[in-house]
Amino acid sequence: MNITATLIAQMIAFVLLIWFVNKVLWGPMSAMLAERQKRIADGLAAAEKGKHDLELAEKHAKEELQAAKAKAAEIMAQAEKRANAIVDEARVHARAEGDRQLAAAQAEIERETNRAKEQLRGQVASVAMAGAARILKREIDAKSHGEVLNDVIAQI
Amino acid sequence: MGDRVLSEAAHNSGGGGTVEYIQHHLTNLCVGDCDPVTHQASGFWSLHLDTIFFGYLIAALIVFVGWRVGSSLNPDKPSGFQNFVEMILDFVSTQVKDTFPGHNPLIAPLALTIFLWVFLMNFMDLIPVDLLPMIASGLGIPYLKVVPTTDLNTTLAMSLTVFVLVVFYSIKVKGPVGYLKMFLFHPFGKFFVPVNIVMTTIEELAKPLSLALRLFGNLFAGELVFLLIALIGGTLTVGAAALFWFPLQVVLDLGWLIFHLLVITLQAFIFMVLTIVYLGMAHTEEH
Repeated sequence: MNITATLIAQMIAFVLLIWFVNKVLWGPMSAMLAERQKRIADGLAAAEKGKHDLELAEKHAKEELQAAKAKAAEIMAQAEKRANAIVDEARVHARAEGDRQLAAAQAEIERETNRAKEQLRGQVASVAMAGAARILKREIDAKSHGEVLNDVIAQI
Repeated sequence: MGDRVLSEAAHNSGGGGTVEYIQHHLTNLCVGDCDPVTHQASGFWSLHLDTIFFGYLIAALIVFVGWRVGSSLNPDKPSGFQNFVEMILDFVSTQVKDTFPGHNPLIAPLALTIFLWVFLMNFMDLIPVDLLPMIASGLGIPYLKVVPTTDLNTTLAMSLTVFVLVVFYSIKVKGPVGYLKMFLFHPFGKFFVPVNIVMTTIEELAKPLSLALRLFGNLFAGELVFLLIALIGGTLTVGAAALFWFPLQVVLDLGWLIFHLLVITLQAFIFMVLTIVYLGMAHTEEH
């Protein structure tokens, strides 16, 4: 086997090939692989962070829910108390109104009774006068016997 | 492979035909300073056109495919071929990381280039030995040796380039004085300086030589075995005997093909790994 100038040609080919492989294949591809590695790492970190955030949010939501529940219970208790108060107040109010109306009715009755009594009294006086006139067969002078009459009326 | 051998052998009938067949297959297409009778290069200033053609063709193929893959990279959805190239790149990158101390951005592309180029040039060996020379002779080209790595010029070209890099980085890392000290005081210490110089020089020169000769030897021998297997069906066949020799050739050829597939991959791998190791040694301060 002879060593010829082919050696030089092949050396040139080899050097050029190294340069080209580095330029067109190794460079872009290793850059791409590094970028992909970085993206995967970033993605994993982001996933980890998301998981952490989710945990926090879940915890937060639980707390919120508990607070809301407590608040709702409080509001319900308050409402119940208020309702009771309203009912009580209404009851008191109703009773007072009833009493008032009762009293008014009683006063009315009293007044009516008194008026009827007065009326009756008057009528009784005239009836008594008419009866007495009939007994005495003469007119009784209301003026002269007024004192007697009034006395009679007062007695009735 | 077999049927092509038949016509070739029929052309060169007789015992002399066998030798002629093998010699023909081992002769490069030589231009320049060549012997007109044997067609062997008789001086340095000649070119093996077939070696250069296939070497450059494969290099161009690597650059073209590399450019196609490299210019349409998709980090999110790698296509099938991109995956394949990524796999090779990852494999080479792992070898470099495992073997090479320190950091040098040249080493990995260099290793990848060696692996791809050597593997593909070796792969030419798996093409039926008579196919391309037959086509070439049809086109008027008398000699064609299709495997560039069976030409010592190719393997030596690569190993010498690696050698230049080793010397360059040795001097760059150790400094000129450190490099000289390596020759003077290694491996036997300061009392055996002359012996040390001889030993270290032999050791350093053995690196590129062993690289080149190992690859050349393996591929040359592999090619030769393919030629011998191709001869079984060719020269020994007379009439009904073909019924025996032809199947034997097919079986042997297939067996050697499968085995050789391992050899060519392994040789490409060894060349790559040894290059990384030699350059790694050049990058270490203490030898």
